[in-house]
Amino acid sequence: MTPPIADATFAESAWVMVVKSLVIFAVIFAIVPVLTVIERKALGRFQARYGPNRIGPFGLMQPLADAIKLIGKEGYRPDNALAFLYPLGPALVVFSGVTVLAILPWGNVQEIGDGPVGLYGIDVSIGILYFFAFSAFAFYGLLLGGWASGSKYSFLGAMRSAAQLISYEISMGLALLGAIMMAGTLSLTGIVAAQDDVWYVIPQFLGFLIFMVAGFAEANRAPFDLPEADAELVAGYQTEYGGMRFGSFMLAEYLEMVVISGVAATFFLGGYMGPGPGWLDPIWLLVKTLCLVFVFFWVRATLPRLRYDQLMSLGWKVLLPLATLNVLVTAILVTVL
Amino acid sequence: MSDTEFPYLKDTEVVEVQRGPEPGGVKGAYRAFRESARGLKTTMGRLFEGPVTIQYPEEKTPVYPRFRGRHKLHRFEDTGLEKCVGCSLCAAACPADCIRVVAAENDPADRVSAGERYAAVYEINLARCIFCGYCEVACPFDAITMGHEYELADYNREDLVFTKEMLLAEPLERTPLRREGE
Repeated sequence: MTPPIADATFAESAWVMVVKSLVIFAVIFAIVPVLTVIERKALGRFQARYGPNRIGPFGLMQPLADAIKLIGKEGYRPDNALAFLYPLGPALVVFSGVTVLAILPWGNVQEIGDGPVGLYGIDVSIGILYFFAFSAFAFYGLLLGGWASGSKYSFLGAMRSAAQLISYEISMGLALLGAIMMAGTLSLTGIVAAQDDVWYVIPQFLGFLIFMVAGFAEANRAPFDLPEADAELVAGYQTEYGGMRFGSFMLAEYLEMVVISGVAATFFLGGYMGPGPGWLDPIWLLVKTLCLVFVFFWVRATLPRLRYDQLMSLGWKVLLPLATLNVLVTAILVTVL
Repeated sequence: MSDTEFPYLKDTEVVEVQRGPEPGGVKGAYRAFRESARGLKTTMGRLFEGPVTIQYPEEKTPVYPRFRGRHKLHRFEDTGLEKCVGCSLCAAACPADCIRVVAAENDPADRVSAGERYAAVYEINLARCIFCGYCEVACPFDAITMGHEYELADYNREDLVFTKEMLLAEPLERTPLRREGE
């Protein structure tokens, strides 16, 4: 049996691990607020208007103002909300986003200081299964949050997002299966290394497309932002949340967007590989990830929200058969060639 | 169209319903993806066009040359005499009854206007004015015209009664003009 920590041919001291996780954490959490303002500005430009541009130069201080506003709000809890589970909802959602960050490989093993350091949190041999296990935690957060709020809008929104996440997680997994079969490994560093000659976006274009579409649904982003369909469900599972708890849900949404883009970049766009010396690797992955995040904004500016039955039929009748077909064809080709 | 279906309508009035292509199937999926791609292209086009927003307090919306804004009273450019002779035709033409003119005889030693008389008091109550421009049409000397200024909000109604001096003065900031056809 393979050990849970993949073929680590070197031992890292504990403080290196701590520093690595702190750096990854700090960088991503610095990016997320910037993403909120970039999204609003990008949406504005897509609609031929300026986005927020009043606070600070080019409106870049907008997230700061938003955060101050959210923190300043009263920590309100509805009377019939469950005291313990109510705050747990947003916490679980953020937890799921943060844990997945650990396996994104930001670069190859580098000689830093007096020993080799892998530019990733951990390299687990189960690789992508870890991603699915922990990103599914978000679903518990939404469902618990929606149910514990003690409001029918929250509950309906939570039920919707539960159904949606379950439907799309299958297609998402199957979409990655093609790339996994081509690489012959579950480890994310292994998958990046296997894309040395050609990025998987070319042989696995269908898989990439399905992964991105399912990713929109996983991150609850337009055109699949049904859980927060303002018109019918007020704000879905977030209805009863205010202040920084609402902020946590938003943070988790952007975090999930970064994570899904990062995984897509790792699986299909060659991950950290790019020209230049080794220390440029994290920059390359970041650039690829941000390009994919921009696609999220672009799609949000373009496509209207799907109706609930359309969402379900797209997931089960289009994406799932396509993903299965993709896996089948890849399997045959991998065996024959 | 058969007569039995719509016996009360003439054939020409019956229009066949236009139906879109059937959704679903491989063709439907292809169409959905193609249309999505077309939408993405459209939004990307907007991105490159740049914003069309006019940042209002800093930038002013341009107006057309014939825009009817706040009134202006005019002087002769060479002599500096007022064009208004206090005939009150503008007040007579005004449907909102917002113009008040009190005329007085010109003193030959210190002329105010070019005619026999001049407007000793000329007030426009902009709280009542409907900006119809009839005063401009009625004036035989082109002494009053509609200007381009449109930022006329104020805190008191009293401040909206514009006196002759205010109407004769040049506006502090000129409103940008929009070319015809723009």
